[in-house]
Amino acid sequence: MEKNGRRGFMGKAFGAVAAVGAVGSLVAMKKSWDPLPSVKAAGFTTLDMTVYKAGELVTEKWRGKPIFVLKKTPEMVAKQTEADKARDIIVNGEHYMIAIGLCTHLGCIPAYYPDEEGFICACHGGQFDFAGEVTKVPPPRGLDIPPFRIDGTKLVLGEVGPEYENMKENGVTL
Amino acid sequence: MKNKEPIILAVVVFFTLVTYYLVEPYAHHVMHKHVDSENFVYADLPAINKTGDATRGKDLVLGAGACTGCHSIEVAGMPAPMDPVSAAAAYGVNPPDLSNAGVIFDGKFLANLIKNPAHALMVEHKFDPAKGQMHPMTQFYGAGGDLDQEVADMVAYLQSIAVEQESVTPAMAFENACGRCHAVKYEKWTQIGTKPSFKYEKDALAFDIKVLEYEDSIKKYMGKLPPDLSMYIRSRSEHYISTFVENPQNYLHGTAMPRVGINAESMEKVIEYLEDSGDNKRHERASVGANVMMYIIIFAIFALLWKKQVWRDLH
Amino acid sequence: MAHFEKATSVKDWLNQRLAIEKVEKVMASEYWIPKNINFLWAMGMVLMITFILLLVSGIFLLMYYQPNVDLAFDSVNYTIMREVGFGWLWRHVHGVAASVVFLIIYIHMFTGIYYGSYKKGREMIWISGMLLFITFSAEAFSGYMLPWGQMSYWAGMVITNIFSLGGLHLDGLVEWIRGDYVPAQAFLNRFFMLHVLLLPLAILGLIGLHFAALRIPHVNNQDGEEIDFDEEAKKYLAGDKKGSKVMRFANDFMSKDMMVVGIYLIFFFYLVFYHYNFAMDPVNFDPADGLKTPAHIYPEWYFLWSYEILRPFSVNIGLIAFGFAQVIFVLLPFLDRSPNTVPANRRGAFGIWFWLLLIDMIVLTAMGKLPPEGAFSTIGLVAALAFIALWIALPFITAKEKKL
Repeated sequence: MEKNGRRGFMGKAFGAVAAVGAVGSLVAMKKSWDPLPSVKAAGFTTLDMTVYKAGELVTEKWRGKPIFVLKKTPEMVAKQTEADKARDIIVNGEHYMIAIGLCTHLGCIPAYYPDEEGFICACHGGQFDFAGEVTKVPPPRGLDIPPFRIDGTKLVLGEVGPEYENMKENGVTL
Repeated sequence: MKNKEPIILAVVVFFTLVTYYLVEPYAHHVMHKHVDSENFVYADLPAINKTGDATRGKDLVLGAGACTGCHSIEVAGMPAPMDPVSAAAAYGVNPPDLSNAGVIFDGKFLANLIKNPAHALMVEHKFDPAKGQMHPMTQFYGAGGDLDQEVADMVAYLQSIAVEQESVTPAMAFENACGRCHAVKYEKWTQIGTKPSFKYEKDALAFDIKVLEYEDSIKKYMGKLPPDLSMYIRSRSEHYISTFVENPQNYLHGTAMPRVGINAESMEKVIEYLEDSGDNKRHERASVGANVMMYIIIFAIFALLWKKQVWRDLH
Repeated sequence: MAHFEKATSVKDWLNQRLAIEKVEKVMASEYWIPKNINFLWAMGMVLMITFILLLVSGIFLLMYYQPNVDLAFDSVNYTIMREVGFGWLWRHVHGVAASVVFLIIYIHMFTGIYYGSYKKGREMIWISGMLLFITFSAEAFSGYMLPWGQMSYWAGMVITNIFSLGGLHLDGLVEWIRGDYVPAQAFLNRFFMLHVLLLPLAILGLIGLHFAALRIPHVNNQDGEEIDFDEEAKKYLAGDKKGSKVMRFANDFMSKDMMVVGIYLIFFFYLVFYHYNFAMDPVNFDPADGLKTPAHIYPEWYFLWSYEILRPFSVNIGLIAFGFAQVIFVLLPFLDRSPNTVPANRRGAFGIWFWLLLIDMIVLTAMGKLPPEGAFSTIGLVAALAFIALWIALPFITAKEKKL
């Protein structure tokens, strides 16, 4: 019986060594699933903020997602609510709405209606104002704001600047 | 029963090694000629036994030598006379910037090159003056003084404006010595420079067209397009590439590829550049390899111990 | 509905539904293996481990490989080798394993020939094994196409040209196989399908058949002795482990299997990290170019003996010889006319035949790699003729063998 005990031990010891190898292989396999460096490097888009016309929605692209860029007209700026002001992005003296163009309900792209100065999502009827705040359910929150950093007259999406950090801390965006 | 396993193992290993030897080292030896390196001494070129003066050399390079008529010297504030695509259309290939020629190429080679480009580059079989085929780089016949002294001065000037050898990066060495003919897709290198990332597809395509136009010119000049070198370190090996660059005629007699005249240190940097392109993970392979070997030896030892334990009852 | 009791444990619950205890006895703890064997008997497990290495590394390569003629080469040499975390490792493992598996297959095959493990009830093991060899060969060939390098392309060109069958000029058949006039997108995609789905399924099925064929006759032993497995098993189970001629597959034989596997993996991983050019030929690091044949084309080493039988003859005779070589091994159980199931060294002429065949195949392998010129092509011709002669002689040699 003592022999069997030792035999059992060696078998278990070998099993443990084999398990270490298996875990090592799993670590390597996990790394193989990771997004590729070229994918992560493509995760930055620079916008030239001098080209936008007031009141005109332009859709850019960042990390494969649509990005709404709307330069606010002076009338829009004047009628901003407190919530709207919190999401306002100011570059070189001009006011912009910049948001990920996906409805926060289930991800469809809301359409912009310039006459109404607002967005309507065709999927379930959710609505947002020109600043990205929810004006009609079902979306649970305003349009998400992508990480951004202001660099003179340029805006880099994917990098984090103090204005974005502020917005995150204050719960303006997720 | 006698334990026959050692003999069996010996027989299996013997036949495996014999087969391996015949199929790999022996067969490759038969198929491929071996060329020894001459350590970049360029023995066939005569030495220029003059001490060069960089100041006089500068006057010659920027003046009577007429070098800047085709070559840019960025570090001296001399821009390229033409853009790369137009230059290639005119000369077959874009003349290199000379800022670092003094540190990347061999001094003796440069001197001989200035005196007789087709000869130093070993392309006289293509550019025979008797047949009226002139090499795009004209020979320097001198500015009225001692030709060898003048050439030594010009080389001294080039060496004086170049960076130190330690500052030469693999990319610098490659782009200078090889990059005007050879693209390296995996490092985003084209013959007209590193390909930038473009926001608009139209701009990306416009860049690609410029590269293709350049390649048309060089194809006409060389006879065929110099190959992309992205994986050459694995398809050709370090020794082959080194000795090939030293003298392409060694391996491909009659080739249009010039002997570029690189020095030994810069050749090492070019090899490193090619390794970064075609064998990028070699350092990780070495370190992971060491760890895996240690682990698998431990694995085998534990397997052996388990086997011994189990078999104690069976014998 | 059969009668089911309330289960007393998880094991009992599974046992009532899946008979796991019975399965475990049949497949492992009461699958009896003779003790009179040597490490060559572990080659089956070594093959299993190598096949698993191929499957797992293949899965990760499959995640990133692009079966498109414009993208394939870069998907392997840029994306997998440079970008994917440990991609280089999966590629090296896959390439080295694909080459080493054939070394183990040949050792495994020649072990079977030496000890007569294809005779007297074991014919199906041999035949299913040879079918596995053929399927693995097809799997290796189809896999080699995928990186779409110069060797991939020209091997594809040459091997599909074989199907024109020389003088028969079956060019239509060749085009049908390729799906195009030359190896191109259609060719690459269908060989990708074969490599990733159809052939692996066939291999898995054949492995099942190979094991099933092994179960009843049981594994052979070093003396070819006919063992009464039931009686020896009784001795073992009564406690006389030393006196019994048999042992359990699990854990007795498996512990030795694992030891051999451990030593094998040292050799294997050494090759993966430090010595892999034999398995990843440099010529295949040039992207495929349909307008330029490499100066030296040759198949992977394990096909060289076969390739060399094709080469020395005129095209039609060469094809017949080549076809003969592929099929003849399968017929071994029926060509060997002797009733003796003992190791070759006790079988007189057959023993000599064995070593001559082995040496001949090594000579063919070497000549298959060397340029077909001068002395090399003469030696190759002699070796090819010797191969045919040896197999024709086999029935005669073995018919005359004394019954032991």
